[in-house]
Amino acid sequence: MSSLPALFGVLVFTFLLMRVLPGDPAVFFASGPNAGKEEIEVIRKQMGLDKPVPEQLLLYLYDVGRGNLGRSLMTGQPVTTDLRDRLPASLELTLTALLIALVSAIPLGVLAALKPGSLIDHGVRLFCALGVCVPTFVSGLLLIYVFYYLLGLAPDPTGRIDVFTSLPPARTGFLTVDFLLAGDVDGWWAAFRQLILPAGTMALFVIAPLARITRASMLVSLGSDFVRTARSVGLSWWRIVVTYALRNAILPVITIAGIVFSTMLGANVLVEKVYSWPGVASYALDALLSSDYAPVQGFVLLMASIFVVVNLLVDVLYGVADPRVSI
Amino acid sequence: MASTTLRHTAWILRGNPLTGVAAAGVVLLILIAIFGPSIVPYDPIASNVSQALMPPSMAHLAGTDQLGRDNFSRLVVATRLDLVIAVSAVGISFVLGAVIGAFCGYAAGRLDRAVGRFVDVMMAFPLFVLAMAMVAALGNRVENIVIATAIINLPFYIRFARAEVNIRRNVGWVEAARASGESHISVVLRFLLPNVLPAMAVQMSLNLGWAILNAAGLSFIGLGVKPPTPEWGIMVAEGARFISTGKWWLVAFPGLALMLAVLCFNLLGDGMRDILDPRMRT
Repeated sequence: MSSLPALFGVLVFTFLLMRVLPGDPAVFFASGPNAGKEEIEVIRKQMGLDKPVPEQLLLYLYDVGRGNLGRSLMTGQPVTTDLRDRLPASLELTLTALLIALVSAIPLGVLAALKPGSLIDHGVRLFCALGVCVPTFVSGLLLIYVFYYLLGLAPDPTGRIDVFTSLPPARTGFLTVDFLLAGDVDGWWAAFRQLILPAGTMALFVIAPLARITRASMLVSLGSDFVRTARSVGLSWWRIVVTYALRNAILPVITIAGIVFSTMLGANVLVEKVYSWPGVASYALDALLSSDYAPVQGFVLLMASIFVVVNLLVDVLYGVADPRVSI
Repeated sequence: MASTTLRHTAWILRGNPLTGVAAAGVVLLILIAIFGPSIVPYDPIASNVSQALMPPSMAHLAGTDQLGRDNFSRLVVATRLDLVIAVSAVGISFVLGAVIGAFCGYAAGRLDRAVGRFVDVMMAFPLFVLAMAMVAALGNRVENIVIATAIINLPFYIRFARAEVNIRRNVGWVEAARASGESHISVVLRFLLPNVLPAMAVQMSLNLGWAILNAAGLSFIGLGVKPPTPEWGIMVAEGARFISTGKWWLVAFPGLALMLAVLCFNLLGDGMRDILDPRMRT
């Protein structure tokens, strides 16, 4: 809950930022370069740009409070509709990436911690050091080169699904899930193939911090008294590592996973651009480049809200992992 | 004192020769940034359409782009711009962050707690998104990439300086300085800050890599640097159009340059941290 004031701050901050944007959106969205002065004035009035900035801010906050994020001049639709249409694509991508990252980072970190100084430990450390150095847009493009151009394994890296594929009835908005619900295995495979490269790109970038923190906190918990005791009473190796050591080591991993998730929200912009993924980030980017205020503000607000929800979730998971912590 | 530090440094370098390599890499990068434009074999913006999209060869070490410009020359010339953006952005946030953080940490109290909480939340926010919005708002220019990168780096320095000053604000020599009539401002600037700076310098080296990635990301999505200026991020963006037809060199070489630069700064930062504080080794 402590993040709510910050959320409000971000809201006001982006509003003010957008108001100092160069270029008059009224001119931009008038019928063309020949638009008369009166026409521009009318558009400016429609958009409320003729009022003083503080009044615009209050009006905006009032609208946001009622769930109205304004209208995108680019698509002509309310921003909330646009965001709702595109959010599932972004979420599907980000969550798949997080899943891939966790599933590969935690075992890597545990293995490295079990044998410090071994070949696998050095391998993991090298991978971590390199992983944070390669920009997501470069690794994404190189993955396209290898898997699409060289090996021909991946489909054309544009969008979520081939335009000629018939879409399943939208239930969750996650294409892979919808195809499964509709029982369409071929469709699921097509969507999955489109998804796996962008998700893998994003995961590559965040495996490093996750594996590193898993390794560090596993080292601490493996060296602790309770693990020594568990060993001395003859518990099985698996039980010691997974039930005792890993469970105690997981708290810092959860914290970092929360932070990682928010960097992934930012990395979405780059990955969605590389793969022409029709998500909220590419929508906001297009709007930004054509000085369309409302979608950008809506996008930043959406990111901030997701971020608050994720923080709450992290607190809840904390309580699950460590019963001593109460929310 | 100095000789023990040197010996300690030498000992660390022997145990971790990578730090030496990284330091050499950083020096090399700086030299390239200074002398690069005067030693490149081709004009980085002169096009030669008859040589367009040639793969790497002896004449063009890193191939040529869609206008026949020499990719290698562009890479070398781009070093200066990329380094200047990252160093000035990190420099600004270093100075501002150190001063703001130090005063907050020294003042303690309610303002400090509020700043601390705000900074914590900011650090977890998708900062790249904020940087994007800032560059768009301030105008699509290189200076504004610097400002945006500086602002999103600021929380890290404020937090660091605040924590470091906070644990020192009541130690003996600070009280002695106060007792001998130094003003609060002087205590912070002349006594506390100098003690915090070495640790913050390490932070700065670790941060430079991140700043380079951020700036390159911004120019990749079309903010800040404009073509035909050679810059690593925008070079990747221009090469992206040709990747699905197999022209890998336009993406791979600028990507490699970015990766090596970031790797050098990160390794150097890690090594410096080991020298400064052996307990922090991971």
